[in-house]
Amino acid sequence: MATFSNETTFLLGRLNWDAIPKEPIVWATFVVVAIGGIAALAALTKYRLWGWLWREWFTSVDHKKIGIMYIVLALIMFVRGFADAIMMRLQQVWAFGGSEGYLNSHHYDQIFTAHGVIMIFFVAMPFITGLMNYVVPLQIGARDVSFPFLNNFSFWMTVGGAVITMASLFLGEFAQTGWLAFPPLSGIGYSPWVGVDYYIWGLQVAGVGTTLSGINLLVTILKMRAPGMTMMRMPIFTWTSFCANILIVASFPVLTMTLILLTLDRYVGTNFFTNDLGGNPMMYINLIWIWGHPEVYILILPLFGVFSEVTSTFSGKRLFGYSSMVYATVCITVLSYLVWLHHFFTMGSGASVNSFFGITTMIISIPTGAKLFNWLFTMYRGRIRYELPMMWTIAFMLTFVIGGMTGVLLAVPPADFVLHNSLFLIAHFHNVIIGGVLFGLFAAINFWWPKAFGFKLDVFWGKVSFWFWVVGFWAAFMPLYILGLMGVTRRLRVFDDPDLRIWFAIAAFGAVLIACGIAAMFVQFGVSILRRDRPEYRDVSGDPWDGRTLEWATSSPPPAYNFAFNPISHGLDTWWEMKQQGATRPTGGYMPIHMPKNTGTGVILAALATVCGMALVWYVWWLAALSFLGIIAVSIAHTFNYNRDYYIPVSEIEATEDARTRQLAQGV
Amino acid sequence: MSHATTDTMRQYWELEPHHHPEGASTSLGFWVYLMSDCLMFAVLFAVYGVLGTSFAAGPGPKDLFDLELVAVNTAMLLLSSITFGFAMLAMGKGDQRGTLRWLAVTLFFGLCFLAIELYEFHHLIHIGAGPQRSGFLSAFFTLVGTHGLHVTFGSIWLVTLMVQITRTGLIPANQRRMVCLSMFWHFLDVIWIGVFTFVYLLGMI
Repeated sequence: MATFSNETTFLLGRLNWDAIPKEPIVWATFVVVAIGGIAALAALTKYRLWGWLWREWFTSVDHKKIGIMYIVLALIMFVRGFADAIMMRLQQVWAFGGSEGYLNSHHYDQIFTAHGVIMIFFVAMPFITGLMNYVVPLQIGARDVSFPFLNNFSFWMTVGGAVITMASLFLGEFAQTGWLAFPPLSGIGYSPWVGVDYYIWGLQVAGVGTTLSGINLLVTILKMRAPGMTMMRMPIFTWTSFCANILIVASFPVLTMTLILLTLDRYVGTNFFTNDLGGNPMMYINLIWIWGHPEVYILILPLFGVFSEVTSTFSGKRLFGYSSMVYATVCITVLSYLVWLHHFFTMGSGASVNSFFGITTMIISIPTGAKLFNWLFTMYRGRIRYELPMMWTIAFMLTFVIGGMTGVLLAVPPADFVLHNSLFLIAHFHNVIIGGVLFGLFAAINFWWPKAFGFKLDVFWGKVSFWFWVVGFWAAFMPLYILGLMGVTRRLRVFDDPDLRIWFAIAAFGAVLIACGIAAMFVQFGVSILRRDRPEYRDVSGDPWDGRTLEWATSSPPPAYNFAFNPISHGLDTWWEMKQQGATRPTGGYMPIHMPKNTGTGVILAALATVCGMALVWYVWWLAALSFLGIIAVSIAHTFNYNRDYYIPVSEIEATEDARTRQLAQGV
Repeated sequence: MSHATTDTMRQYWELEPHHHPEGASTSLGFWVYLMSDCLMFAVLFAVYGVLGTSFAAGPGPKDLFDLELVAVNTAMLLLSSITFGFAMLAMGKGDQRGTLRWLAVTLFFGLCFLAIELYEFHHLIHIGAGPQRSGFLSAFFTLVGTHGLHVTFGSIWLVTLMVQITRTGLIPANQRRMVCLSMFWHFLDVIWIGVFTFVYLLGMI
C-alpha cells in the first residue's frame, strides 16, 4: 500500500513527495516513456515540425484531419491499455502455489481499473469517433461537419481526459475500484487519496468532448446531406453512426451527472451514494448502467455499419435488406435503454423486475440476428473478394456469434446469479468487444486507409496480424469461459487451486499471440508507408475497392473541400449508380468554396480544462479557480470573433482538380 | 463533350452556384444540446425522487420551505421569460435599443431570482440544513443549485450578448445567438416549473 497524506498546503494542495510512486515497474515505465517522449520532442524540434503540426493539424477544423488525430490517439492509448492487459495475464499465471506474483494489490487493482477505463473511453470511443468523423461527411457528400470548431474542441477535450488519466501513472495513483467506480468503495471513506479523483476528472473532461461531438455529428447527418439523399438513401454506415450519436447525446449526460454526484459526495460531503444519512449506493449502480448499457451499443453500432459496407463492397452486391438493416439498428437503439438492470440481477430487485430485464435483453438478439442474416444473404451468390477488410468481417461473424450467444445465456437471471462477476462474464464481453468492435475497427482501417492516405496497406503483414489476432483472441478468452464456469471470479490477484493454472497459462499464451498481432499491425503500417509510392500500393483512382458510396467519388486523399461540386443522390449506393450511368466528374466551371478557418481556441480551452482537472485532483484550489475563469474568459473572447470563414479561390480548386484529372488519366 | 454526358453529369453533380445559408444548423444543434442538458436534469429529478424522503432524522420539506418566498422567486423567473420574449419581439422589428432595454430588464429579474435563491440557501445552511445533512437535502441542493448555476451562466451569456449587440448591432450572427439564448432561458423556466411543482409544492402536501 502506498503511503499518502491528505494534508494540504495552499500552493500545491495535497501534492507532495509522496505522490511519486515507489514501485520499480512504474519507474522503469517512466524512464522508457520519458526517453521516448524526449526523443519525439527532439525530432519534432530538429526537423522544425512544430509550426507545421500546429498550423496543419492541431488547429485544423477539417473533419478528416480531426478524424485521423482521434485514431492516432486511440492507437497510442491502445498500447497502454494492452500493456495493462498483459501485466494482468502475467500476474494471474504467476501467483499460484503461495506466490504473490509480481504485482502488489495496490498496483494490481489500479491496473485492472486503468485497463477498462482506457480501453473503453480512450481507445474504443476515440477510435469510433475518429472513424465517424472521417467517413460520415464524405459519405453524405458534405464538405465538413455542422460545427467545425466544436469538432476540434471536442477532440482536444478527449486528449485532455487521456492526459489526466495517463498522469496518474507517474503522479499519485489511479482508482482501485474497477472501471465503473462503484460506491461505497469509490467514496471518500474507502478511496481517500487521488485515484478516484483522477478517474472522475479524466472522464469528465473527455466526456464534454464526447457529448459535443455526438451533437455535432447528429446535426451534421440531419442537416448536411447531399441534395436528394433522403434518410432512407443514406449509406448504412451513416445510419448506424446516426443511431450511435443519438445514443451518445442521450446517455453521456447521465454519466456526467452521475459522476458529478459522486464528486459532490467526495468533495463536499453530500450523501447521494453513502451508506449513512440517507444515501443509496445502488442508485449509483442504476444510474451508471443507464449510461453504460447504451454505451456498448454506441461502440458496436458504427461497426455494424462498417461490416455492412465491407460485405456489400467485397461481394459486389447491393446490401441485402437495407431497410430491415435500418429498422434493426433503430430497434437496437431503442432497446438499449431498456436493459440496463441485467448488469446487476443479483441486486435483488425481485423476480418480476429481473424477468422484465432478462426478456428485453434476449429480445435485442433478434434485430442483431437479423443483421447477421442480412450479411450472409449479401454474400450469398456474390462475387466475394477476400481482401483484408472482408477477412476481418468473416472473423467477426464467427467470433461475435459466440459472444452473442453467451450474452443470451447471461440474460437468464437464474444463470446470471451463478455467473455474475465471474470470468465467464469477462470472456463474454471481451468476445463481443474484441470480436465486434476491434475486428470492425481493423476492417475499417484496412478499408478506408487508402481513402485517407492515397495508398493501400500491405496485405502480407495484414494477414500476419489477422491470424495472430484471431487465433490469439480465441486462445486468450476461451479459457476464461471455462474458468468462469468453474466459479473463478473476476479481478482476483492470487490463486490457491493449482488445477486452474493451466487455463491461465493458455490465456497468457493467447495474450502473447495478440501482442504479436499488434506488433504485426504496426509493421504493416510502417511497411506500407515506406512502399507507398510503388504502383501496387498507390491509389490513383480514389476508388481502390470498386466502392459503392460517395466517399469513393473523390480523390484519395480527398481535397480539403472534399467535393468540388456537391453530388446529387437518386438512390442507395450513389457512387455505384454514377459509375453505372457513366456520370463523369465535372472538370470546369468551378465556384469558390466557403470553408471554416482554423483556430487554436480549441487547444487552449482543452489545455485549461486539463489544468483545471489536475488542480481539482490535487486540491490546488487557486489553480482550479484560475483555470476555470480562464476557460470562461477564452470562451467569451472567442465569441467576439465573427470572422471565422473564408473562400477557397477558384484558381486553387482548379489546380487541385486538374492534378486529379492528370492522375486519373495516368491510372487508366 | 457530348450532350448526353453533360446531362448525366448535371443529374449527379450540382453545377449551379448553390446557396448554403450560414448557421442553418445552429438552432437544431442548440435544441439537441438543450435535450442533453434536459437529461442531466432528468437524472437530478430521478435522484430527488429516490432520496426525497431520506431525511435521516433531519428536517423535511415542511420544516424548511417557505412557499411565499418561492412564489416570489418563481414570479421573478417567469417575468424574466416574458421580458425576454419582448426583447425577441423588439429584435424582430429591428429595434436595437428596445432589444437591449428588454434584455437589461430580463437580466434584472434573473439576478433577483438568483439573489432570492442564494438567500434561501444561506438561510438553510445557517439553520443546519445544509447539503451534507441528509440524502434529501443533498438532492434538493444539487437540483435547485444546478438550475441556479444555469441561470448564472445564462446571465453571463446575456451580458456578453448585450455587449456584442451594442458593438456590432443586430447582425444575423447576433440574432442567431439571441434565438439560442432565448431558448436556453425559456428552457430554464420550464425546468423551474418542474422544480417548483415536484420539490416545493408536492413537498408541502
